[in-house]
Amino acid sequence: MKINGVEIEDTFAEAFGMRATRVIITAVNLKWAMHAAEAATGFATSVIACGAEAGIERTLKKTETPDGRVGVSILLFSASSKELAKQLERRIGQCVLTSPTSAAFAGMDEGDPIPLGKNLRYFGDGYQSSKLIDGKRYWRIPVMDGEFLCQETTGMVRAIGGGNFLVLAKTQTAALAACEAAIIAMRKLPNVIMPFPGGIVRSGSKVGSKYPTLFASSNDAYCPTIRGITKTELLPDTSCVLEIVIDGLTEADIRLAMRVGMQAVCKLGAKRGIQKITAGNYGGKLGQFHFKLRDIMKAEKQK
Amino acid sequence: MTALTFALKEIPRQRIDLSPLTPDKLAGKSRKEIELITLQSGTRKIPAAEIFRIKGDDAANIIFTDACDKLDRIGADMTGGRIRIEGDTGAYLAFHTNGGEIILSGNAGAFVASGMKKGIIEVRGNVGDFLAAALPGDQRGMSGGTVIVRGNAGDRAGDHMRRGTLLIEGSAGDYCATRMTAGTIAVLGKVGILPGFAMKRGTLLLRKMPERLPATFNDCGAHTFSFLPMLTQSWQIHGGKLARLPKAKSPMQRYMGDLANNGKGEILIGI
Repeated sequence: MKINGVEIEDTFAEAFGMRATRVIITAVNLKWAMHAAEAATGFATSVIACGAEAGIERTLKKTETPDGRVGVSILLFSASSKELAKQLERRIGQCVLTSPTSAAFAGMDEGDPIPLGKNLRYFGDGYQSSKLIDGKRYWRIPVMDGEFLCQETTGMVRAIGGGNFLVLAKTQTAALAACEAAIIAMRKLPNVIMPFPGGIVRSGSKVGSKYPTLFASSNDAYCPTIRGITKTELLPDTSCVLEIVIDGLTEADIRLAMRVGMQAVCKLGAKRGIQKITAGNYGGKLGQFHFKLRDIMKAEKQK
Repeated sequence: MTALTFALKEIPRQRIDLSPLTPDKLAGKSRKEIELITLQSGTRKIPAAEIFRIKGDDAANIIFTDACDKLDRIGADMTGGRIRIEGDTGAYLAFHTNGGEIILSGNAGAFVASGMKKGIIEVRGNVGDFLAAALPGDQRGMSGGTVIVRGNAGDRAGDHMRRGTLLIEGSAGDYCATRMTAGTIAVLGKVGILPGFAMKRGTLLLRKMPERLPATFNDCGAHTFSFLPMLTQSWQIHGGKLARLPKAKSPMQRYMGDLANNGKGEILIGI
């Protein structure tokens, strides 16, 4: 399959079951809501070493938040419910509680409740108080700029992490431009995040390493500078590969995000140095979810 | 199905305990069975049919008409359904109520919503003393649900209140929110002397500075609270003056106390 000269490889992205939650962070203005959200979703690119994968889903208008202030919704993914609860508490406690004027609310009612302000309230050292509003409990924790308002719990759902596609290009500039275009399009979608810096990752990894202590190591088959001595997957004139990783709440969310992203890449086309789109998988043995690139793009091509 | 209606035949000489006439206790009963239910009046037990003209068949939707202040304990212990009362009631309206809805068109006596756990009560007139309060000897008063009083409340409203929301559109008497442990009380009119006396936790929202605050409440300054617009927004559905509360955030004067009794309660002035 070729779209605008870009080959869509007959392969699939292999993704895993994860646990996810959404939190709404509000503040006096968008600048401060964003400061808190960026900090809370920082150092959350991969569960390999960060404990969580997180990102900003979108900004929220005053009419979309519980306290009538502008806000940001963030999504947080983790490998287990226990780890997710731990990461959520740490990140909200260290990055949102600490941020001037902020407040944190549940971003989803469905799923199992996990603590949001339930344990953070003890920061109030006995001066904290709660209010039950429309059946939901909110904690008021005294802080130096007033009160940090934080809902007691948020919802946790089963979700999917690790949807991905790789862009092979003739130059680094072309690969980056294509992935940037994809990220701009994908960030408009709800229920997904692209957890890597700017949404793009250059250090795609394979499972395992020659060093026994490492779980993951460089995906040598896609590294252009060692192509001559590895079992390379690159085309003869490929000099750069970039990857976009997607975590989403449902399979459909990831499929849509992959399609929108790949569409944006293909729009630039072979003329702009884009050669091929492929995906990362582990032979289909590790992940429960397989996203076949050609199936996803088939609908697009028929249009 | 039409609402099960109890029309009072004449004003009784003795007080009558109407706690057997709740939606849950009447569910599945025939008209004949309901007519034979005996109601305690002083030392006598009187069949319901002697006191009321009974019509209708929907026990989940009960109406008392021509009600008067001799009728006590309406809606006591009910867990669901709806009771509408046209007229006044005596004491203990919604006593230990654990769900459902009660609407009273007139006035109520003492101890309305005492020990209430869940549900919603609306009194369109005035209520007596000890609204949502604990009975003498009880550890806690209201512990959940919402009570709306469109008129005024007597003394000791919210005494020993544990949880829930008490909204008084008129004024409240002396010692409002005494010994309160948690929950929210809002008074849109005036309050009498010493509100919050012996208050441990919870929130008393007032529109104006009361005549006299206990000396054991300390001024914490004027602040904007982000929970307040959410709270007042949740009261919009109750209509009346509650729906007209300003939505914009404005600073509220915060007093905390009672320092003689843990001191984590708050009186917020300026709603």
